[in-house]
Amino acid sequence: MSIGAKSVSGTGLDLARVRADFPILQRKVHGQPLVYLDNAATSQKPRAVIEAISRYYEETNSNVHRGVHYLSEQATSDYEATRKTAQEFLNAADSKEIIFVRGTTEGINLVAQSYGRAHVGAGDEILITEMEHHSNIVPWQILCEERRATLRVVPINDAGELDLDRCSRLLNSKTRLVAITHVSNALGTINPLHRIVEMAHGWNVPVLVDGAQAVPHMRVDVQALGCDFYTFSGHKLYGPTGIGVLYGKSALLDKMPPYQGGGDMIMSVTLEKTVYNRLPYKFEAGTPDIAGVIGLGAALRYVNSLGIENVRAHEGAVLGYATSAVSAIPGLRVIGTAKEKASVLSFTLENVHPHDIGTILDQQGIAVRTGHHCSQPVMQHFGVEATARASFGLYNTKEEVDRLVGAIEKVREVFA
Amino acid sequence: MSDLRDLYQEVILEHSKAPRNYRESPAWNRKAEGFNPLCGDRFTLYLTLDGDSIRDASFQGSGCAISKASASMMTQSVKGKSVAEARKLFESFHRLVTGLGHTNGDADLGKLTVFSGVSEFPARVKCATLAWHTLEAALEGKQETTTE
Repeated sequence: MSIGAKSVSGTGLDLARVRADFPILQRKVHGQPLVYLDNAATSQKPRAVIEAISRYYEETNSNVHRGVHYLSEQATSDYEATRKTAQEFLNAADSKEIIFVRGTTEGINLVAQSYGRAHVGAGDEILITEMEHHSNIVPWQILCEERRATLRVVPINDAGELDLDRCSRLLNSKTRLVAITHVSNALGTINPLHRIVEMAHGWNVPVLVDGAQAVPHMRVDVQALGCDFYTFSGHKLYGPTGIGVLYGKSALLDKMPPYQGGGDMIMSVTLEKTVYNRLPYKFEAGTPDIAGVIGLGAALRYVNSLGIENVRAHEGAVLGYATSAVSAIPGLRVIGTAKEKASVLSFTLENVHPHDIGTILDQQGIAVRTGHHCSQPVMQHFGVEATARASFGLYNTKEEVDRLVGAIEKVREVFA
Repeated sequence: MSDLRDLYQEVILEHSKAPRNYRESPAWNRKAEGFNPLCGDRFTLYLTLDGDSIRDASFQGSGCAISKASASMMTQSVKGKSVAEARKLFESFHRLVTGLGHTNGDADLGKLTVFSGVSEFPARVKCATLAWHTLEAALEGKQETTTE
């Protein structure tokens, strides 16, 4: 079967061309053309990203922000160009509000350790939700334990949507921060951030958004959302691993103590006293992942060239097609049926453990994730140990969904 | 696709659907929890030791077909064996599922050889050995073990 020959009409993406941009999609796995449906774990990389990284190492490799020589100026200029691209991508007010971090996890830890330690004390509360990834739970547990603060949790309903009434009732004068995911990695739910930010700001509580699963799929405008912090990873957005972005309102970032000490984050150092650098460098200690930042810039430009609205329309069509196709399979239960969803299809199959589903799909060249997706509280809510999760990216096609459905039928045959 | 049938042999599927010794042994004197944090498989193993001999072995819990069938067949295989024999059996079983091959010193694995297909699926070795690691923990008097 040929994959991707047809584009999905009306979405403005030329899928055959898009797929040709990703070298890995040409390969076979277990003798079959790869169907990569594990994009929520990490996405594949287009040639533009791979080449940008190679070009840096081959032509401009040098350290940033400190050399007067040509290569350093070139590397610094490429590095800072990504900051500008990221600012525009999120519609941040100023590029100094863009801090490069290793990924979403580090972005959250930075805020927990820097903002959290400065503002959270005994008896205070942090509000998260039941659908958070472990990376948006554990940093807050660590902070709360250290500060003798309390972690409060907004519950979800059986569709996988937040209980907004409970959210409103959980906010109070002791709440110091709301930390919430934009899109759930295990369920695909898109949260109504506008309303949550409004509620939190009503109590003068800042909001941190885990955007790891949102930025690859939809336009994100941090000023329109009004959130105070927003963080995402490059590698789920067709960029390299090990690099991500933390956006923060400069009024907040300015007042926050540094997260790590070292080179680049200082203005002057004596053995008695150190004056910290201005934003964003105050939060970028040490030689950064320069190649990663340059690769991230290439990824952002690549997504911009396709148009994130086109990506959203295409992925929405694929998700809708996949949801109705798998729902017809006897014994299959879709976990996560929120009205607003993005690119994630989690499911279980009666009498078959997700791990076994994963192996049998893999034998047919189909990569999905199986397990608890670092969201054990979500699994507990739905009373399952694990799910199988197909997650879609901009290069996935309806033909690939057909192969997924056929492969699930094969699972049922083996376990019949 | 023939590889799949090597992994999911009829005997394995049958044990996963109807596991043997799936209960709490009434007179157990050793118990251990086995947990695979990556996939969430979790079993409790109950042993009734009489001196050096394993009088009874049983288990409860949840996991994939491979881990459940392995737990089921492991309890059958070690019942009536001495502690040393059971350990020897695990050693040989481990060689089988990791594809290290059979040596002259290996114990007779009997029907456990149905798990030989696991060696072609490195990601599933931990599923096949979870119950055995739990057995080892129980024999050593530990309360729990994880495979990661």
